[in-house]
Amino acid sequence: MMESFFPLMANSGTAAASSSAKIAAHTPAMTTPGANTLRMKVTKLNFYYGKNHALHNVSMDVATNRVTAMIGPSGCGKSTLLRTLNRMHETLRHTRLEGEITLDGVNILTLDVTKLRRMVGMVFQKPNPFPKSIYENVAYGLRINGHKGRLDDAVEKSLQRAALWDEVKDKLHKSAYALSGGQQQRLCIARALAVDPEVLLLDEPCSALDPVNTAKIEELLFELKPTCTLVIVTHNMQQAARVSDSTAFLLNGELIEFSATGTMFTTPSDPRTEAYITGRFG
Amino acid sequence: MSARLIWRKSLNAFMLSLTGLCALLTVLALFFILGYLVWNGGKDISWSFFTHLPAPVGETGGGMANAIVGTMKLLLLAALFGVPIGLLGGVYLAEFGGRTTPFLVRYTADLLNGVPSIVIGIFAYALVVMPMHHFSTLAGGFALGIMVIPTVLRNTESFLRDVPSALREGAFALGANKWRMVATVVLPAASRGILTGVLLALARVAGETAPLLFTAFGNRYWSPGWMQPTSSLPVVIYTYATGPYEDWHQQAWAAGLVLLGLVLLTNITVRAFLSRGSSYERM
Repeated sequence: MMESFFPLMANSGTAAASSSAKIAAHTPAMTTPGANTLRMKVTKLNFYYGKNHALHNVSMDVATNRVTAMIGPSGCGKSTLLRTLNRMHETLRHTRLEGEITLDGVNILTLDVTKLRRMVGMVFQKPNPFPKSIYENVAYGLRINGHKGRLDDAVEKSLQRAALWDEVKDKLHKSAYALSGGQQQRLCIARALAVDPEVLLLDEPCSALDPVNTAKIEELLFELKPTCTLVIVTHNMQQAARVSDSTAFLLNGELIEFSATGTMFTTPSDPRTEAYITGRFG
Repeated sequence: MSARLIWRKSLNAFMLSLTGLCALLTVLALFFILGYLVWNGGKDISWSFFTHLPAPVGETGGGMANAIVGTMKLLLLAALFGVPIGLLGGVYLAEFGGRTTPFLVRYTADLLNGVPSIVIGIFAYALVVMPMHHFSTLAGGFALGIMVIPTVLRNTESFLRDVPSALREGAFALGANKWRMVATVVLPAASRGILTGVLLALARVAGETAPLLFTAFGNRYWSPGWMQPTSSLPVVIYTYATGPYEDWHQQAWAAGLVLLGLVLLTNITVRAFLSRGSSYERM
């Protein structure tokens, strides 16, 4: 646990963030590590695909070592919002972003994009392992980032963090495509964890999986929480209720409500949120 | 059965047999050529065919060692010259190009693909042979290399485009920059298809005669180096098949079989080698 925090501390932009990490590292039993710190902050974000105004004036916080969920009907902009957090939107043409997003107090637009993505990792809707061996998939991020030290150890540690090690330790050099869908998704999580990101973005990570594998991933999110800040986009409101600490509800590109998950699902303040979570639309 | 149903069933049977027949004819054409080549050329192939120089006119026996080595040298030059250009051009088209430039490059490549091979020969003659004042292996390799470019380029581009964009995003999300993503994820994922395309392109030019006639020219003896004329299998086949001697005709058949064997052998070796690696699957 300790060593997993060292890169995090080295990467932290502010003193506040690294001290919070220290506290979390020294008190692993604490249930709410770094409770009052914000890992990321989105301020007045407007986002455009060409002329299509996809996000309207969105402001929200991502608390350190917590799970933040984003829910809403298809096309509401939740995936778009998620992808702006590590600037994945820049891989598309004709997109425009206004407003500010900070990571540990630093505007992410001022960071080198490859450095940002090492700190803010991402897991996609469909498992997308590379056509390489299981080992090489996990080692990929380490290799391209010039990892110093033993790759074998880092690969094992990442696979263990993703709860996949026991299933694959005897076939590390087999193709990643030989794994089941659920295993592939956990491999993608291991691959993202290998570079020790501060934040892990998950874009509907269970939508292509069966309930058993979904449960495994959700369990994994709980285990990752003390060492990583998680943001998850999900179609499944029960999932948001189960795994997240706070939930954002988006509708037509607007952030309708953002509150603690318990509050959101019991006493929503906006009638539109209530209508959505009680299944009246979406 | 109603008349209409009978009509539909018989039309179906007719069209089915017609398409089946055409498919069969395609396969038959290939096997006919192969069989004819083995039948006519097989009996003249001996160890000395691969190790000896052509016998002087009027003498029987002799081999085509110089032509076999010459063809290999020409193909090596063609690969060295044409494959990197086609490959990197294809990478540019698929991964880096905007909209207008790739269109122009693609269009030009298609035009280049349609240029008659003899014209490519004249081009190489003007560009390499004339300044050097003599025919050379280099000029022949240059001509074949130009012919390799458009095939490799278009093929590389289409296989790169087939790589799922999810893989690209996966690499980006780990902090890879674009060239790194292309080099370490997309190219390996498409490597099998790209290599097959390279082999196909080389196999095609291996049989080209026209561009070699006034570039590599021909040689009854061993070519002393890359800067001198060399013998090659297609040119030898052309010369021997149109020659006046019966044993020349026989040797032309044998040379044809060797050329085909050479291409097949490379193909099989590379494919066997490639099948050990893993490639992407559509998910």
